[in-house]
Amino acid sequence: MIPAIPNLLSLITFAPLFGAVVILVLRALARKDDEAVIAKNAKWISLWTTLITLALSVVLVAGFNRSNPGYQFEEHYQWFGPISYHMGVDGISILFVLLTAFLMPLCILASWDSIKERITEYMIAFLLLETLVIGVFTSLDLFLFYIFFEGGLVPMFLIIGIWGGKERIYASYKFFLYTLLGSVLMLAAMLYMVGVAGTADIPALSHFAFAREVQPFLWFAFIASFAVKLPMWPVHTWLPDAHVQAPTAGSVMLAGILLKLGGYGFIRFNLPMFPYASEMFAPLMMGLSVIAIVVTSLIAFRQTDMKKLIAYSSVAHMGFVTMGIFAGNQLGVQGAVYQMISHGVISGALFLCVGVVYDRWHTREIAFYGGLTKLMPHYAFVFLLFTMANVGLPGTSGFIGEITTMVGAYKWGTWVAFVATSGVILSAVYALTLYKRIMFGEVHNEALKKYPDLSVREIIIFTPLILATIALGVYPAFVFDITTASVDTVVATYQTVIGG
Amino acid sequence: MDFNLALNLALPEVIIAVSSLLILVFGAFRGDKGMISVSALCGVALIAAAFAAAFSHQGAAFNGSFIVDGVALYAKVAIYIAAVFIIVLGQGYFDRIGAARFEFPILIVLAALGMSMMVSAGDLIALYVGLELQSLALYVLAAFRRDDAKSSEAGLKYFVLGALSSGLLLYGASLIYGFAGSMNFHAIAQSATTNLNVGLIFGLVFLICGLAFKVSAAPFHMWTPDVYEGAPTPVVAFAAGAPKFAAMVLFARVLQTGFEAQIDQWRQVILVLAVLSFVVGALGGLMQKDFKRLLAYSSIANMGYALLAIAAGAVGIPALLIFFVLYMVDTLGLFTVQMALSRKGEPFSRIDSLAGLSKTNMPMTIVLTILSLSVLGMPPFSGFWGKYFVFGAAISAHLWWFAAAGLVASVVAAFYYLRILKLMWFDAPAGDMDKSPLETRWIAYAAAAFSFPLVIVFLIYVYPLAQSAAQGFGS
Repeated sequence: MIPAIPNLLSLITFAPLFGAVVILVLRALARKDDEAVIAKNAKWISLWTTLITLALSVVLVAGFNRSNPGYQFEEHYQWFGPISYHMGVDGISILFVLLTAFLMPLCILASWDSIKERITEYMIAFLLLETLVIGVFTSLDLFLFYIFFEGGLVPMFLIIGIWGGKERIYASYKFFLYTLLGSVLMLAAMLYMVGVAGTADIPALSHFAFAREVQPFLWFAFIASFAVKLPMWPVHTWLPDAHVQAPTAGSVMLAGILLKLGGYGFIRFNLPMFPYASEMFAPLMMGLSVIAIVVTSLIAFRQTDMKKLIAYSSVAHMGFVTMGIFAGNQLGVQGAVYQMISHGVISGALFLCVGVVYDRWHTREIAFYGGLTKLMPHYAFVFLLFTMANVGLPGTSGFIGEITTMVGAYKWGTWVAFVATSGVILSAVYALTLYKRIMFGEVHNEALKKYPDLSVREIIIFTPLILATIALGVYPAFVFDITTASVDTVVATYQTVIGG
Repeated sequence: MDFNLALNLALPEVIIAVSSLLILVFGAFRGDKGMISVSALCGVALIAAAFAAAFSHQGAAFNGSFIVDGVALYAKVAIYIAAVFIIVLGQGYFDRIGAARFEFPILIVLAALGMSMMVSAGDLIALYVGLELQSLALYVLAAFRRDDAKSSEAGLKYFVLGALSSGLLLYGASLIYGFAGSMNFHAIAQSATTNLNVGLIFGLVFLICGLAFKVSAAPFHMWTPDVYEGAPTPVVAFAAGAPKFAAMVLFARVLQTGFEAQIDQWRQVILVLAVLSFVVGALGGLMQKDFKRLLAYSSIANMGYALLAIAAGAVGIPALLIFFVLYMVDTLGLFTVQMALSRKGEPFSRIDSLAGLSKTNMPMTIVLTILSLSVLGMPPFSGFWGKYFVFGAAISAHLWWFAAAGLVASVVAAFYYLRILKLMWFDAPAGDMDKSPLETRWIAYAAAAFSFPLVIVFLIYVYPLAQSAAQGFGS
């Protein structure tokens, strides 16, 4: 039996922050000419911090009681007025904590050599981001949630703006202002909710029946924020810009975790707190989801930039998530959670794959590449595996997520599932075309012969991702065991309210 | 006996009034070389007054024209503490530019005296006396660099427009007196309830215009950018915070004591002022190139938020109190950063010269990043909590659309704060900055540390304090 660690959630949430502070203090104390030593220390400190966070999250998951649908590892301290410091995880959020902790060390490793300047600031920004993202999943107070949710914008803004590509400034502004506009409406709704309910406690608010007439307004305010974050079609336009300009690890964080904040928000807020509005607007959400699936798949097909293609494919895959959530049944929501976890791993891995070639040739133009199977066989294997997972090949985690959400959607309405299925075909079209153009054919570009296959560091990065993708694809109960109890409660409450 | 009690209630004012005059005599003998000792004495007097206010009784004196309630005491403590910081900053600032004059700290103390009169004003006479004492001291301070054309221009503009607004205010006050038959706010309230006359409302509107000028709410904001740009920075740092706080408390008191029953009449006016302010503040700031002008527009926008709290009525008072303290610290910090940065002796004024600051001066970059994010309203920094209280109050007063408009305006304003961040973090350095003077550095660090994480502790203690201070306000 694993011994219980007191305040484990706070420990996990703030461990990366602590690492960031250590780096900052070391840097402030060091002399100017020690730049190289400081940078090296910063890398190692961040790696160890993220690994410790990962270890703590594994302890968290191991100590999690799967049959209990409520919140566990709770911490509750009064702050002021209606606001308190309330932390806790249930079967839905715990997996996102694990996912974040799992991807972070890989991000640090992926940036090990590719980030050349201002390494200490880079590491601090990533550690801050990890704290803020984990905090979103562990906080059970409306405003605590909002602090973490909004706060995450700042490190991401700096990551895109400082270490991004040519159009980084435009992309960082767009990212920041777009998401900020969505969130302030949510803030207004939160202030209203606290005013009416007199508490900012999320578990309490989940059972607070808001008046039927105001639910649509509140629902829309929350959607405005989460739909931008997710992103849903048609408010997805910031995503391709941000992805293309962000450094590799930034894209991994963005696609792997930040997008999931939106889906998590839908499950945590929209469904349980505003069930009437969710039911009322479900057709709208379904419509937007299938449009996202089909339209962005077609857009992805036309891209000439590898990262943009994967970014659009992320929008399409998030379409499955919203479809599953607003189907409002057990399978749909289960599938949505599963799809988010699996997409976190797969899209993160795909961006890392792009990072591998970008680090070597500094271009993401698809036309530049060709015939890499001959030159980089290991790389070709890794890329193939994740391309297939992205398409949803049975045996990979992508398949489980898509099939479960589609079954859920089928129960809600057959036409939705029908259109969504065509999206699966389209995703195969763009993903396989991408693979063909980069990997197969003749080596038409002499420059491609200049660099070797995957390095040991890169293999170390990809191994856990490959294992996770296959393991989740073969034995999905890893996830379903943990989520079932909590998802059942959410769905049961929702169904009783709208059924009665 | 009655007079003794009155003096007791007015103890903070008595302390600073008497000591400022004594220190003036002392300064006259010592001359400008003695500025540092004059500053120290003024600081001691202000701190003593702050303690007197913190432990003062509550009540009304001088036939109700001087009110000492929770709100007044809270505001007084905040104003005195702000004045102490300004004296410290001004001492260093004027010393460095070689314009040290002993009158500076004394004028700051006199302005603080005017402000504490304002927050305690219980009738129209006290209102006007306090307001003018504060304004006249600030006019002189704005033109304090006599040899500098911009500073003189700022002082003159401030004076002419300020005199105009005082005229409006006096006109309104005389109308109110004429129709209500009394100077006292409570008596005005009675007369307004029993016999609401259109002349009374007319007077109220003039009064609102005059006060709106003092808090630089749009459309009475025209003087703000020019005065902010031209006046010496420590003076602006003062004028941007404390006097506006005092004027806002006065605003709330006139409206909620004198015209409590007419809330539907004045609420519309206040809401128009609020919306115009945050729209003008957000849009006007977008194109600014000068840092202090940018802060002027930022303060106009923030006054819009404060007016929203006033429009919310009684629920807005604790929000106003907390908002202003958080806002004053942020403003103080931002102006201090402006004083701390200079390049080859040339003080930093254009925003562009911030380019690449993160590569040359990391501590100031972090400070300015925190403060910009704070005024932008990013959680967890203090500016967010200010907005939290203000918009929370507006929403509980059912002013949904106005709160939403304010939040959307804050997104527009976010653009110019982001530009500061962009320049500092993303751009190539525009050259090394000089070493910052000691006191500016530490005050800037302190302001940033207050913005986060000290605000966490601050809110635990100040939230209940503001709630209880606002109890019984206006009755």
